[in-house]
Amino acid sequence: MSNKGYGAAMIRTTPFHERLAPLNRTGLWQHWSGHLAAVKYQMDDKFEYFAVRNAAGIIDTSPLYKYRITGHDAEAFLAGVLTRDIRACRDGQAQYTLWCDDSGHIVEDGVVFRFSNDHFLLTSAEPNLAWFSDRIGRQQVLIEDVSAQYGSLALQGPRSRGILAGLDDSVGGLGFFHHGPAKIGGAAVNVSRTGYTGDLGYEVWVEADDANAVFDAIVDASAGQGAIPVGMSALLMLRIEAGLVLIDVDFHSSRFAYTDEERTTPIELGFGWMLKDVATTDRAFIGRDAIRRELADGTSRWRMVGLKVDWQDWDRRYRAEGIIPPKDEHPVVWEMMLYDDDMERVGYTTSFMYSPALQRHIAMARVRPHLATPGSRVHLEVTINHRYQTVACEVARPPLFNPARKTASATPAIASAITSAGASA
Amino acid sequence: MTASRTYDAIVIGGGHNGLVNGAYLAKSGLRTLILERRHLVGGAAITEELMPGFHFTTFSYAVSLLRPDIIHELDLVKHGYFPLLMPHSFAPADDGGHITLSKDRNLTIQEISRHSRRDADAYDQYGHDMAQIVQALKPLFDSVPPNLFSGQAEDALALADLAKHLKGLPQRVLHNIVRLLTGSAADFLDDYFEGELLKGLLSSSGIIGTKVGPRSQGSGVVLLFHNMGEQDGVFGNWGFHKGGNGGLTQVLARAAQAYGAEIKLEAAVSKVLTTNGRTTGVVLADGTELHAPVVVSALDPRRTFLELVEPRELPEDLVENIQRYKFQGTSSKVNFALDGLPEFPGLDGTQFRGFTNIAPSMDYLERAFDEAKYGWYSSKPYLDCCIQSTIDPDMAPAGKHVMSCFTHYTPYKLKGGDWDTERDNLGDTVQRRLEELFPGFSKLVLRREVVTPLDIERTVGLSEGNIFAGELMSPQLYFFRPAPGWNQYRTPIHGYYQCGSGTHPGGCVTGGPGRLASQQIVSDLARSGPAAGAAAGG
Repeated sequence: MSNKGYGAAMIRTTPFHERLAPLNRTGLWQHWSGHLAAVKYQMDDKFEYFAVRNAAGIIDTSPLYKYRITGHDAEAFLAGVLTRDIRACRDGQAQYTLWCDDSGHIVEDGVVFRFSNDHFLLTSAEPNLAWFSDRIGRQQVLIEDVSAQYGSLALQGPRSRGILAGLDDSVGGLGFFHHGPAKIGGAAVNVSRTGYTGDLGYEVWVEADDANAVFDAIVDASAGQGAIPVGMSALLMLRIEAGLVLIDVDFHSSRFAYTDEERTTPIELGFGWMLKDVATTDRAFIGRDAIRRELADGTSRWRMVGLKVDWQDWDRRYRAEGIIPPKDEHPVVWEMMLYDDDMERVGYTTSFMYSPALQRHIAMARVRPHLATPGSRVHLEVTINHRYQTVACEVARPPLFNPARKTASATPAIASAITSAGASA
Repeated sequence: MTASRTYDAIVIGGGHNGLVNGAYLAKSGLRTLILERRHLVGGAAITEELMPGFHFTTFSYAVSLLRPDIIHELDLVKHGYFPLLMPHSFAPADDGGHITLSKDRNLTIQEISRHSRRDADAYDQYGHDMAQIVQALKPLFDSVPPNLFSGQAEDALALADLAKHLKGLPQRVLHNIVRLLTGSAADFLDDYFEGELLKGLLSSSGIIGTKVGPRSQGSGVVLLFHNMGEQDGVFGNWGFHKGGNGGLTQVLARAAQAYGAEIKLEAAVSKVLTTNGRTTGVVLADGTELHAPVVVSALDPRRTFLELVEPRELPEDLVENIQRYKFQGTSSKVNFALDGLPEFPGLDGTQFRGFTNIAPSMDYLERAFDEAKYGWYSSKPYLDCCIQSTIDPDMAPAGKHVMSCFTHYTPYKLKGGDWDTERDNLGDTVQRRLEELFPGFSKLVLRREVVTPLDIERTVGLSEGNIFAGELMSPQLYFFRPAPGWNQYRTPIHGYYQCGSGTHPGGCVTGGPGRLASQQIVSDLARSGPAAGAAAGG
């Protein structure tokens, strides 16, 4: 682990910092889980956004917490603590998953990588070692925090597959949410077809000591491909288009909430698809009974939806006030209120932005369940010239940007044909 | 003559306006056929793979003016609409100086300050003033202009609305509009800036595609026009569509087809059929007759009025106005396939992605114009270059590049020469100029394509190679585009409409004419069927 120039209690650097720091031409860094993370590498982060949507972006995701879970009972343990059934995940696959508390509220989300029934790796945005360890009981399970031992470098975008497959053939065949061993820059790595951009993309998991070699190999292989490093700012634009939730923005951990208003359930956050068999399953997992009650009694308060802002209404209302309609791709991550046709409050956005790919403002939002049907109309509150106004929006199913290449299997090298551009609006 | 088929509407010309028009007509439920003479749609907005892996934007090469309404009303995102942001405007000078405007305001201010501290905040003021002007004119740009000469109540109402709109504008905005509509780009810019390099760069927008110098009266309106565009809501910003403008017209074609329009390639129209002052369809070059009560010409005014129909069927004053409508194309393209990025001494090629503007001063542009005034092309031409592969890597193989060079001034009519003889010399002139600024440039050249005004006319059909289907000069805009009294897309022939860039709001890849013409057609059909113009020009 590289930690040069910082004291023990100071902010840390990631294994890729030595390579990435000179590429950051802005001097801007933020803290991500105790590590320095580049806000952006060039002054205009929109180009970083476009690199991911049109070529490839290199994103250092090393600050994620990484827990290795091993032991005879590892699968049974995870089946009992994770909301989504880990038994449906085969060796060499990964699952986006949640964990809940007994009241059926979400504690956190993460990705779990399955190597075998007694070997998993779980990533999360926040520390969770105590929470998981406290729930092992008498099971034969070992949970280790291996966060500092590994770095992870995401390569995301339409050209990511070609670049990585050029380094190791095996990457080309990886299916969506599959992972496997590969050799890059002479180092043994694990490559997963996962990411936080909603695009075709991969994450390369490396031993910290191999970080420079792996980074150099990927950069060399990217030459002439339009690949550039991408910072946190662009990543947070991409994830909204991709409909991927962010803790402390789109939801809060039940562990640290003061009221149930702050808490949310998997159903409310749009993860009912993880729980199709919850009514019948014999799998006892934390929160199951509460979720069953929520479904049976219809007590869900919200549904997470995507919103497509009516662009004409947006433009018209600003113009009528003499203002050029703002179209800023930088997300608004505080709540904006939503109303129904009778001007009753029916929800709020949790993330809002202008999407360059979709050419309109979009949002991730919570609305009352009866308004969650795609096509429903709600009204978004904005302030124009210091006065409240509302702009019409249409409820849509996330992800709002969902190119076929995200999940498609490998196609010939000329896949990114001149006229191909994937967006399902 | 072969068997005929019947449509509700036939659009002549599969350029971007023809495609937009056809898409809207099909969307409104009309059985629509779009006829394109060439083997591909796009007109002057095409991308061609002239060498394996190298994609050339043969003619038009960037986007900004495409009307935002079209993007949404035709659901273009679903069909692949994807505008990438143009990173920089880089202006090199022969003495090694250079200025780069980037998307980040603070970087741009610092860069301008390097040359003139005064110009730094003047740049913000200029941007703000221009944005107010554009905001004020946008409603006019995006609606059917009133007919000054019709005597109809609806035109009187529209004129009253227009007067009210203009009266409601702040004095400074209205005055600026008049200054731009009537004056020169130089006069306008001189009020803000002192730096020659910056003025050369900004005034270039005042000459694009038009036979004027920055100090000519009339360049102001060209400057204004090129600031009317927007990219993600920022006026005056330019973008690059994925795959070039050919990528964009493919998107338009998919949208048109999705709404049910039929596109027929290699289907040149020889004439528009008329009976008793009404159109009944078209005849193709091969003799096929295709019938429809509505025929829309997306071609330029000369072809629309003087070639597709018999001028003697038209009012004399219209014919006369079209005959004196100014084309005089003055622009060429020189496109390169490159083995690597050109380097400007002291900078590496990654530092000027996007536009490279070869016009180190207004004097430079004026001198380049001088030669064109007397019938020859500039020995040191104005170039608007764009290494598009630095924005969209799919335009060229990895590590290789394509570079599009818009070249001005190259008059359609050469005095004592012709373009078939001068084509390569023009290519050499452009390449020599680039070699002067980017030493070693010629060694990078893998292939060169020279497109003169004559080539534009021959290939695309734009008269005299004018890229705007007629010059953007005040006497040829709004009330008068393409002719007084005929600015509402109708013609004197019932059912025969016009929707090309020769109609309001004019040239560049706006799609505005196609959209507005479709509104006129659909509303005519809803009222009383295919219509003719309300009155002859007076």
